[in-house]
Amino acid sequence: MKKMPSWVKSLILGIIVIVALYIVNAMMSATGFFGVGVDDYQARLLVFIGINIILATSLNLINGFTGQFSIGHAGFMAVGAYSSAYFSVTYGRSIETSLAGLGDFVASSVVLLIAIAIGAVVAAMAGLIVGIPSLRLKGDYLAIVTLGFAEIIRIVILNIDAVGGATGYQVPGYANFLWIGVFAVITVLVIHNIVKSDTGRALVSIREDELAAEAMGVNTTRYKVTSFVIGSSFAGVAGALFAHYNKFLSTNDFQFIKSFEIIIMIVIGGMGSMTGAILGAIIVTLLPELLRGLPDLQVGATTFRFADLRLVIFALILILTMILRPQGILGTAEIGSFFKRFRRADKPTGGMKA
Amino acid sequence: MDTFVQQLINGLTIGSIYALIALGYTMVYGILRLINFAHGDIYMVGAYAGFMIATSLGFAANPSALGFGVTLLGAMAIAGAIGMAIERFAYRPVRKYSKMTTLITAIGMSLLIEYLFVFIFSGTPRSFPQLLPNENITLFGNATISTSQILIFVVSIALMVVLQYIIFRTKMGKAMRAVSFNITSAKLMGINTDFVIAFTFALGSALAAAGGVLTAQYNPKIEPLMGIMTGLKAFVAAVLGGIGNIPGAVLGGLLIGAAETLVVGYGSYVGIPSTYRDAVAFAILILVLLLRPAGLLGSNVQEKV
Repeated sequence: MKKMPSWVKSLILGIIVIVALYIVNAMMSATGFFGVGVDDYQARLLVFIGINIILATSLNLINGFTGQFSIGHAGFMAVGAYSSAYFSVTYGRSIETSLAGLGDFVASSVVLLIAIAIGAVVAAMAGLIVGIPSLRLKGDYLAIVTLGFAEIIRIVILNIDAVGGATGYQVPGYANFLWIGVFAVITVLVIHNIVKSDTGRALVSIREDELAAEAMGVNTTRYKVTSFVIGSSFAGVAGALFAHYNKFLSTNDFQFIKSFEIIIMIVIGGMGSMTGAILGAIIVTLLPELLRGLPDLQVGATTFRFADLRLVIFALILILTMILRPQGILGTAEIGSFFKRFRRADKPTGGMKA
Repeated sequence: MDTFVQQLINGLTIGSIYALIALGYTMVYGILRLINFAHGDIYMVGAYAGFMIATSLGFAANPSALGFGVTLLGAMAIAGAIGMAIERFAYRPVRKYSKMTTLITAIGMSLLIEYLFVFIFSGTPRSFPQLLPNENITLFGNATISTSQILIFVVSIALMVVLQYIIFRTKMGKAMRAVSFNITSAKLMGINTDFVIAFTFALGSALAAAGGVLTAQYNPKIEPLMGIMTGLKAFVAAVLGGIGNIPGAVLGGLLIGAAETLVVGYGSYVGIPSTYRDAVAFAILILVLLLRPAGLLGSNVQEKV
């Protein structure tokens, strides 16, 4: 069989993904898709898996591939969420009415896309402002400074009355599963391609040995900031999608614990593995839902709710992962590489493996 | 002027608590180069341990110095034991791995303590009983100082003197200084480094627990997540003073406490609303790390290749 050119392959794959997302999205409607429906609860879970995949893969670019330990990702998510929400609250209605001729779906999608773009750009700028000074620091100091910046961002947003301040912010619900799925796929593809490009090689070289990378002529500061800005902008995309799906924003959604949750995703999956980050995002989203099924325990006058154990279990998983398998489930390997091992036997690959 | 004195007294009160917690951060960092994220939660554990002791032994009903002393020492002992257990079961197994691994373990430990306490005690705040009679004493003008504030000053200064004695006048303190100077050489000289590290955790945790009980006398509301913000600010205090440096931790704690209350009191004159109270510490942290990473009293250490 003649080998297909790679662009044909990606085109076919892209069409399959969009059709699949469209079908799942249609299943989430009230009538379902040809009578087959997904209930609201499962639909919500799928959406949050999508958002968490964007957050985890983008943080993985910074922490996993570049080796710069940031624990302030929720801050950039907040920047994206609030800036995009401000745009759609202020201009959404008027853009929709001026585009009413094109149909509701097109009009709301245009607003959503502009809002996401704004969220991404503003979050990227925030990433640049935070990244340039902080990335001079290393290791645990960098971690604590990113945490500090994220908290400052949150407190600043809390004090802006135009976006609701402490009372919260109502946002029009333009985002649906289709858009979130599409952006999750785009994020994964973009970050995958960055990692496979020569930029990605430079990033990994910084992770492996910053001094050696610098000695080999890699402009480490530039690459570190680049990866930080790209990661932040995708966190902004995730924030924008979250804002327009959840329809309500409160700064409490972006506390330390959110950043830690994203860290848990990539640590469980394996820092430096794309599929690991995706797997981690799925586990972290689904695990609390499994716990919800456990009954409450009544001891004397107090009730112990096992659903509250969510974070206790995450914490235990985190500690045990570090003690028993510090590289996470997949380490820096990808799920696909396990299958490749079997394929290689009968199909010789051309050229040298980089 | 009176309000300034008042703000300063309040600031130094909180600052002394930060200083007590910062000492634990700085000692552990000095020895293991580890930011013990769970340290702020030990402060919370101390407050809860004190709460359990005071309510179960009935000290709440009749305030007495003895009741306070037993509560304080009991909470310090419990927290010290928990600190040692954390070191033994979570940090020691990962000590051989990279710094990031230990940092993630510490984050996990912090989450574990916080949400285990939420699970056991529920997230609703409890009211810590008043163990000593509390009254306000008017200083000059309108500034007042409460007896619980005096208590915080007296107890924290006493604990710092004890700590200074342990570190500079005892054999154990000498071993701690040796381990923090160079852990491998210390081991070669026959020091049981594992024991020294465990002792350091116990000491730091006991100081944090004392901070927890003292805070609860000043501000009786205790809840399982109270250690997050206080812990981070105490860490900032340790960095500000120069991490690994003991007088630095105390100085940093007092400065952070004062800066915080002054922003609440006077920030509005320069356009900083009092809601920025929690941001002050982080802003200080960022400035210190960017301008003088070694801290106020720390010395610059050249990175070896």
